[in-house]
Amino acid sequence: MNMIKHELIEKNIGLMSLLIILVISGGGLAEIVPLFFQPSTTKPIEGLRTYTALELEGRDIYIREGCTVCHTQQIRPFRAETERYGHFSTANEHVWEHPHLWGSKRTGPDLARVGARYSDDWHRAHLYNPRDVVPESKMPSYPWLFENKLSGDDTARKFEVQRALGVPFTDEQIAGAQSAVRGKYEIDAVVAYLQSLGKLHTNYDKVR
Amino acid sequence: MSAFWSAWVSVITLAVIFGCTWLLLATRKSETHKEATEETLGHEFDGIEEYDNPLPRWWFQMFMATVIFSLGYLVLYPGLGNFQGLLGWSSTGQWQEEMAHAEEQYKPVFAKYAAMSVEELQQPGNEAGLKMGQRMFANNCALCHGSTGSGSYGFPNLTDTDWLYGGDPATIQTTIAHGRQGGMPPWGAVLGEEGIRDVTSYVLSLSGGQVDAGSVEKGKPQFQALCAACHGADARGMLALGAPNLTDNIWLYGGAFENVAHSIRNGRNGVMPAHNTLLSEDKIHLITAYVYSLSNKSGVGISRL
Repeated sequence: MNMIKHELIEKNIGLMSLLIILVISGGGLAEIVPLFFQPSTTKPIEGLRTYTALELEGRDIYIREGCTVCHTQQIRPFRAETERYGHFSTANEHVWEHPHLWGSKRTGPDLARVGARYSDDWHRAHLYNPRDVVPESKMPSYPWLFENKLSGDDTARKFEVQRALGVPFTDEQIAGAQSAVRGKYEIDAVVAYLQSLGKLHTNYDKVR
Repeated sequence: MSAFWSAWVSVITLAVIFGCTWLLLATRKSETHKEATEETLGHEFDGIEEYDNPLPRWWFQMFMATVIFSLGYLVLYPGLGNFQGLLGWSSTGQWQEEMAHAEEQYKPVFAKYAAMSVEELQQPGNEAGLKMGQRMFANNCALCHGSTGSGSYGFPNLTDTDWLYGGDPATIQTTIAHGRQGGMPPWGAVLGEEGIRDVTSYVLSLSGGQVDAGSVEKGKPQFQALCAACHGADARGMLALGAPNLTDNIWLYGGAFENVAHSIRNGRNGVMPAHNTLLSEDKIHLITAYVYSLSNKSGVGISRL
């Protein structure tokens, strides 16, 4: 009797697929699905704003150059990390990130709160040749960011896609997207993006 | 988490665990042999047959162990919806404990130095405090100012006595805590290229540069009209604005003719970021003391790197 059931599953690939899906979806149903419905993961943190056109272009360059391969953007709740990088990351900071850039590997430092940590000039010097400011650095140089200019041809479309994913970009932003970035150098966009990161949580109150 | 989602998570989690256990037990029950056997299941694919063996005992026992472990884990740690587990553990709680523990451990050390003035910290016996400052400087400041504090192009040298905003302890502390925003406007449009050359010549002449005398003569009145408001009539700078002294032959952005001309033409907006949101007051105090020690060699100082 049991043997028949065994064979029934083994010889019906459709039935077996269905049962496999049923078994492996248990983890996703319990761990992932509820997150789509929790205020702590879906409600933006107070003060969260959408990216400007320049920052959004900078973010795309950040993705293009593979920055996430070496830099994470998530500070874990360990003292060693919060002392170095600042307050640990929270889900509500990232509700408008499509895709999120948390990363999974740190060859360089975490960048979740790099915004306002260094000056624009420092970022420019550092991206042109990291060893000019950090002699022991093994980060690659990105001199072409200082030569390439943005056309802004796709910026409005990028805004629209992000809006379709639920990011509240306004019509004004979309209308002015191209003129906001056209002719700017890629380095301006990357620096603008980096300076926008993670300023909504701090280790200490500003009022001191 | 709402009651619905709490129940959702709990029910699915337990259903998966017990479902797997049931599957394991049901399969074991239907085994036709209790010991290893030479008999096959009777099917054959390309000459490959399958023994009708029972599950290996070690494998079965390990599976049961994982089931027991998972149930024990769910009792002790959060995992079943809103049930927080008997240990009351949370990642934030663990972080707070770590922080509290560190606070307890280091508070007396910081308190000892917090009670001393920056000048007192320069005195013999307080080298450990300066050393702490040095370590924190290496972590937070060296990226721009260099590991020895001697700065580089665009980032001030902290080891000389030439200060943009002032080198007394209180001012250094303010600079570290609240940051600074330089604001030299661009003069290219106002001066034109010839005017830039003349003013550059005049500025370089103040530091003993070898420049065209006629150009210096023409640049002087323009300097007095446009630049003196911040850099002072004597060009010795103004600490309140962070306007540098132009007579000491120390150049933040290079002292070559074209460097200075570039500064005049395009302006300069050097930024020192504020650190009071990242570092505690006690830490800023010790970094201040270390930075102060770099240029005030009268104190004990510490061995330089």
